[in-house]
Amino acid sequence: MGEAIVVTSGKGGVGKTTTTANIGTALALLGKKVCLIDTDIGLRNLDVIMGLENRIIFDLVDVVQERVKIKQALVPDKRFDCLQLLPAAQTSDKSEVTPEAMKKIADELKQEFDYIIIDCPAGIEQGYKNAVAGADKAVVVTNPEKSSVRDADRIIGLLEQEDIEPPKLIVNRIRHHMVQTGDMLDVDEIVSVLSIDLLGVVADDDEVIKASNSGEPVALHPNTKSSLAYRNIARRILGESVPLLSFDEEKGFFTKVKKFFGIRS
Amino acid sequence: MIANQQLITIKGTRDGLILKIDDQCAYENVLEELKEKLSLNALLEEDRLISVNIQLGNRYVTREQKETLKKVVRENQNLVVGKIESNVLTIEEASEWKKHAEVKPLVRVVRSGQVINVEGDLLLIGDVNPGGKVMASGNIFVMGSLRGIAHAGVDGDSRAVIAASYMQPSQLRIADAISRAPDHETEGVYMECGYLNENEDKILIDRLQDIIKKRPDISSFERRMLNG
Repeated sequence: MGEAIVVTSGKGGVGKTTTTANIGTALALLGKKVCLIDTDIGLRNLDVIMGLENRIIFDLVDVVQERVKIKQALVPDKRFDCLQLLPAAQTSDKSEVTPEAMKKIADELKQEFDYIIIDCPAGIEQGYKNAVAGADKAVVVTNPEKSSVRDADRIIGLLEQEDIEPPKLIVNRIRHHMVQTGDMLDVDEIVSVLSIDLLGVVADDDEVIKASNSGEPVALHPNTKSSLAYRNIARRILGESVPLLSFDEEKGFFTKVKKFFGIRS
Repeated sequence: MIANQQLITIKGTRDGLILKIDDQCAYENVLEELKEKLSLNALLEEDRLISVNIQLGNRYVTREQKETLKKVVRENQNLVVGKIESNVLTIEEASEWKKHAEVKPLVRVVRSGQVINVEGDLLLIGDVNPGGKVMASGNIFVMGSLRGIAHAGVDGDSRAVIAASYMQPSQLRIADAISRAPDHETEGVYMECGYLNENEDKILIDRLQDIIKKRPDISSFERRMLNG
């Protein structure tokens, strides 16, 4: 029996979908059977980032309305056999799915897969409620900026009312030079305000955007810092105790490596 | 009416009249005699309002009865009812008082969008994050960081205070007064306490130690009872 993890943030555009795609890919790299569910009905993106857009035949709404079986709607990944995607519908509305239906789908998928990663839409309305209904665990993604931390705080408050484990935090898109000048919130500050466990820190990296546009999650790249961050997060999800490198060290380590190889960052 | 036994004794003091009402007789008799006495004693020719304190002794009166007493006093003369004192109160009233006089401990983080409202004093062990709000009819003590909104003395107790281990609130409210954080970014302060300055109607923040001088009665039961 697997477990379902919802990736949420409250605010839009902080990197939920990218995080979902990369955690899923990283877990698949580690040999786990993973199913990604996109619950952002009407504004689906996860398939694009995974590069699976043109393979979609049926979607979540088709499953909910029992036009097809779950297995028929699952889109297998082009790189891994153990990674599958249940895409969202593009032409329907979020109200087509109910929390009960999501829970049923998640329970069914848990029989088959080790991990179900649910990509939650922005906001705290119907779409959020649907996404959280089927989850056992939650990951909250935030950016190091005030508005995003505020919304993460709100979402954590709502998640605490649900019957799931305490959520874990991913700080996404941190820029080291801005943190150093004090123009960006640093990770310690964010963690102390939100007072939940930190699951990982991902640096702001051009490679992530490049990878998303080409439909190849960055976690597949062996050599970028964001890819390592995502793979570390996946290992922590598996229960390994990978040390949470403070960002200074991480950066320091990378600049050293890059200097050694003569790569310009 | 019993002829030679007075149910109501009227006493005049510098602050007004005191009506002492016998607590052994029936309420109807009291009302009757009160009406009679006040109409007989056309003692007031001047327009000045006189305040009346009614002392009920060991008699319990319901709210309606209290209102009737007030009405009778007001109707007849240029009298205003100041206080109605009674030595007894119901269990409900007593537990209501107790509720207002208690300190409610709470262990949690008050996050954005969450509102905590307690009667009496609030002792929060944890933070109030930006966008979160705590309210209490009495004082608020935060053992943690106060970054959201705190409203002490919600029912109008202007002597309530707000203390926090780390004070960086977006708003402080005490009774009807509101103060907000300055527009420019500021560092918070440690172990400080906000209180209402009566003369200026402004919320001031001072070191926790200084509050002892300003509010020496902060923990006394009587203060809380009267404000409840």
